[in-house]
Amino acid sequence: MRKLSAAVTLFLFWIVLSGYFTPFLLAAGAVSAVAVVAFARRLEVVDPEGHPVHFAGMALRYWPWLAKEIVKSAWEVTLIILHPRLPISPRLVRVRSTQATAVGRVVFANSITLTPGTVTVEAGRGEFLVHALTREGAASLAGGEMDARVTRNENVS
Amino acid sequence: MIYAPVVAALIATLALLLARAFLGPNVFDRALAANAVGTVAMLLLAVIEFYTGRPGFTDLALVYGLLNILGTVAVLKFFRVGDLGEPGEKEEEAA
Amino acid sequence: MTIVELAAAVLMGLGGLFCVVGAVGMLRMPDFYTRMHAASVIETLGAGLVIAGLILLGGLTLESAKLAILALLIFFASPTATHALARAALVRGLEPVLDEDARE
Repeated sequence: MRKLSAAVTLFLFWIVLSGYFTPFLLAAGAVSAVAVVAFARRLEVVDPEGHPVHFAGMALRYWPWLAKEIVKSAWEVTLIILHPRLPISPRLVRVRSTQATAVGRVVFANSITLTPGTVTVEAGRGEFLVHALTREGAASLAGGEMDARVTRNENVS
Repeated sequence: MIYAPVVAALIATLALLLARAFLGPNVFDRALAANAVGTVAMLLLAVIEFYTGRPGFTDLALVYGLLNILGTVAVLKFFRVGDLGEPGEKEEEAA
Repeated sequence: MTIVELAAAVLMGLGGLFCVVGAVGMLRMPDFYTRMHAASVIETLGAGLVIAGLILLGGLTLESAKLAILALLIFFASPTATHALARAALVRGLEPVLDEDARE
């Protein structure tokens, strides 16, 4: 199943990039997609980590919330940059991560980094070292809402 | 014409980022500025496609983005380890 | 100018503005770690708004699909690159500037 969905994804990617719908090129795309999956199988990278299709539900449930958070904190960072006195209070904080899988931790670490004002510096097992631009940013991260949301969306198939 | 101001803003961004890359003061600042320059260049390519109406610039932007990631990682590895490493070498030894 | 074009122009104009703000932040911030936050304003809101405006203008075409892939590429790759930079800087021993009350 995983191999099939990987092949279909690759084929769709081919179509988007090529933009031609002649039979020869479509066939070439299909053959390429299947060949890539065959090679990837030999490399043993078609696994839950290489093609995390079970995270597809996350796109609908988690991304809108993440987008809202990004806009909010980007606006805060913008105000700080444009402020004449540059009111920053940078700090390094430790943040707990409760995800069970490696992919879940990657999603959480990338979400932290993608949100302006906080950057994951060190991603360990169960605890991240995060550099925050302001006291408030560090405090809202320590509240753990983002962590809880990622964990909740982690095992939904 | 709605594209010209956007192109101007992106070029101004590039100039400011290049100033940061020039000022340094250390290699990580320069690498960060170079990475941001890559992102803005992708945006500029995408806007130019619509500005000039010539197809193909988005593909250029995609390729540029992929190369940008590779470039950043290669520069980082070079400055952390001192060379681009041997195949199969353990990363922890150097760090 | 139709309403869609107007909305796209507003989105792209705001995106360009956020890019300039991020670059100004890159110049104003005191040390490397704080500059990363300024750079991530460019990579999230700046890039996102410009690409959203372009997709609005492109409509439902393959061009828009390519732009969406471009946006996904930026959103997936830029935090990874930023994290790699931050970790490399910390491993290399670059000390971050911290606030007085930040000691744990």
